[in-house]
Amino acid sequence: MTAWPLIDQMNPAGDTLALASIEYDLGKVAEGQQATVKWRGKPVFVRHRTAKEIAEAKAGDTADLKDPQPDSARVKPGKPEWLIVVGVCTHLGCVPNFGTGSYGGWFCPCHGSVYDTSGRIRQGPAPLNLAVPDYSFVSDTRVKIG
Amino acid sequence: MSGPSTYEPKTGFERWLDTRLPIIRMAHDTALDFPTPKNLNYWWTFGGILAVCLVVQIISGVILAMHYVPNADLAFNSVQRIMRDVNYGWMIRYIHANGASMFFLAVYIHIARGMYYGSYKAPREVLWILGCVIYLLMMATGFMGYVLPWGQMSFYGAVVITNLFSAFDGIIPGLGTAITTWLWGGFAVDNATLNRFFSLHYLLPFMIAGVVGLHIWALHVPGNNNPTGVEVRSKEDTVPFHPYYTVKDGFAIGAFMILFAWFVFFAPEALGHADNYVPANPLATPAHIVPEWYFLPFYAILRAIPDKLLGVLAMFGSIGLLFVLPWLDTSKVKSMRYRPTARWFFLIFIAATLGLGWCGGKLPDDVVIAVGRDETGAATGFTVVWLSRILAVYYYAYFLLVLPLLGLTEKTLPLPDGISSPVLSKGGAAVPAGATASPEKKG
Repeated sequence: MTAWPLIDQMNPAGDTLALASIEYDLGKVAEGQQATVKWRGKPVFVRHRTAKEIAEAKAGDTADLKDPQPDSARVKPGKPEWLIVVGVCTHLGCVPNFGTGSYGGWFCPCHGSVYDTSGRIRQGPAPLNLAVPDYSFVSDTRVKIG
Repeated sequence: MSGPSTYEPKTGFERWLDTRLPIIRMAHDTALDFPTPKNLNYWWTFGGILAVCLVVQIISGVILAMHYVPNADLAFNSVQRIMRDVNYGWMIRYIHANGASMFFLAVYIHIARGMYYGSYKAPREVLWILGCVIYLLMMATGFMGYVLPWGQMSFYGAVVITNLFSAFDGIIPGLGTAITTWLWGGFAVDNATLNRFFSLHYLLPFMIAGVVGLHIWALHVPGNNNPTGVEVRSKEDTVPFHPYYTVKDGFAIGAFMILFAWFVFFAPEALGHADNYVPANPLATPAHIVPEWYFLPFYAILRAIPDKLLGVLAMFGSIGLLFVLPWLDTSKVKSMRYRPTARWFFLIFIAATLGLGWCGGKLPDDVVIAVGRDETGAATGFTVVWLSRILAVYYYAYFLLVLPLLGLTEKTLPLPDGISSPVLSKGGAAVPAGATASPEKKG
């Protein structure tokens, strides 16, 4: 127990924990594009999906998924065009590249994980889908992440 | 082999000191008079070379720390300042960066020598394990040092390696995340991570120096192995370390330093990556990230396995196997000079490890042997990831199948009676028989 302070000092400090949430104006993201926002030191992808990409994501619901999750569970109700995910590959933490890979979502350059337009893992070594952070719409064009 | 001390204090001061702190006696017995097998070849000089590498790294590193700033906003620029503005900063940094590569080159040769000549076998298991500990500390130090310049490769190297621990989420959910958060001191690799890596990068070399002390201590109890693998039987099998091996090691160190200097002055960036001259950007990963060359074989093993947790375990396991090597090899014969079959398996092992290193530097889907073309015209066929799998299987099989089983079945060559006999038996007799040739012409 006496060693605990010596170990725990390496955990996130108070000021680090205080960097809890950010707001972002969705109006800056054109359809078919994504913005990368820094949240808690990590990239967050704010993707404005096209109708085709939404359809592809929904079609993927019935595919053989490694981490099964329907597209509807990864977006807010009534806002299927906005996909907001943490841009950190669930394999070893690299930042996947937008719009590449055979599913049109993301491709991670480090070890070849492929994500679909719902941010779900489809190929490669990553075990999980891109994480969806806690966020809410404060207005029609503004989200609060965290 | 450590016998009674032969040190005789010559001056009054030495006699005075010897009864208070016998430090000259210790230096004399370990570095000058130490009885060393007389048949050591140049593969045995890498121990001395490694000691020099450690000293070079510590001196150049302490100097760099006088100018380097361990802060995420300032680190990259402070390294650029060292390269451009600090007097001889470029040279000291290139010595330190290439010195790491030279250190690993020497340690790999040193390890391979131990594996070929069976230096890990009784009574040298502890000596071998201490060497493995040094190697592990070297890897940790090398990794954290590579993070400090805070370029793109530094940053994503830190991201990938620390994220290896997140694989433990596959055993206990949340465990891996807790470990990575603890390692980072935040929710991502950031300033807190850089600070602690700098602290540890400064600390670990001195821990290495400490374990090197234990390594040499453990060496001096049984004494050196030698190319025959037959233990020293008498004083006739040995020569004093000085001058015989101080000179031999000194020559090898000189030759090694020529290679070192060539890298520092003529190809200082040959082993580096251009991407590390781009400041760290947490929002974009470079298209092709690779670790430093000395980690590539393990990186290839990691990528060869599609499952995250198993890949990480296979990678750590490939290093862990070295620790238990003394108990995996069942053969009583140490040196592979007398193990004709094992020698071939060993050479293939070296080739497989080098092959894994090559694979680690390529993209997993790169084609090694093209068989056909797909609809876009790109070559298809045997890919790097499959080559990595085959080589990784051999790497594991060498430790877990070949060495345990071969030792029980292999027909070894006859061992010499002692270190001195193979030299003498080549001529057919112990005494040179030159006197029979035309004695009448000698006048």
